[in-house]
Amino acid sequence: MNHFAVWGGIAAVVITSTLGDVLQSRAMKEIGDLGLVRKSDGLPAVIRRVVTNGRFMLGLGFMAIGFFCLLITLSWGDVSIVGPASASLTFLANALVAHLYLKENVDRRRWMAALCVAGGVALLAR
Amino acid sequence: MTVRKYLVILIVIVCAACGDVSLARGMKSFGAVTLANLPTLYTALLNPWVILGILMLIGFFASYLSALSWADLTYVLPSTSVSYILMVLLAKFFLHEHVTLWRWLGVALIVTGVGFVAGGPEATPGAHRHNRIETVYGPVGALGEVAESREEA
Repeated sequence: MNHFAVWGGIAAVVITSTLGDVLQSRAMKEIGDLGLVRKSDGLPAVIRRVVTNGRFMLGLGFMAIGFFCLLITLSWGDVSIVGPASASLTFLANALVAHLYLKENVDRRRWMAALCVAGGVALLAR
Repeated sequence: MTVRKYLVILIVIVCAACGDVSLARGMKSFGAVTLANLPTLYTALLNPWVILGILMLIGFFASYLSALSWADLTYVLPSTSVSYILMVLLAKFFLHEHVTLWRWLGVALIVTGVGFVAGGPEATPGAHRHNRIETVYGPVGALGEVAESREEA
């Protein structure tokens, strides 16, 4: 499989995984602190609120698509490129989308954290 | 952060690392799974290490969602990346795998990354549902809520 197809696959993994993470984060922000919800309404209410949340289920769907994209991309390219590249780029994409879509306060410290962790994850796979 | 919140982050870290290592430990006793011997996967599901791994990963997902319900995604992801470090340590001392110098450098970079978020706040003010309610009595939320109630009045 050619170089462009592998990087296209990596891009698909990064985009779908990031969408999954961000949508789940958004869903959890809407639902509120699960510990407090469990205290007030009980565990069945927590589960009901989570699984009936549209954004959560959509995020779960994107995570599943991301997983299959990863499997397909791994069959095209070397695991030593696909694994670290997709994991570390997903870290950075999450920081960017969390800032733009979730309106999180991604200051210099959090950018540095994302960069260091992304670099560290890439090195772990060497 | 409260003790409960630190505990949730700790459960995410431990469950992620131990779940993956348990799955690896279980699957190593079956050898490589290919399309030709796919039914091996059904047998693998009965392996105690694989069962433990699956239970750990369920625990990971539940605690990860719990952390996201009160903390920012950009806080949860770096702070729970400690699980990668724990995974390297478990791979070395429990699975007896060879850990290269590059991997130790990766561990050092992750530790640095975690250090950047460790001292900062876990949530953007007003971003989470309970955070918004709680901040009625807090310095940031109070101003917002009071302003809103005055506008409504």
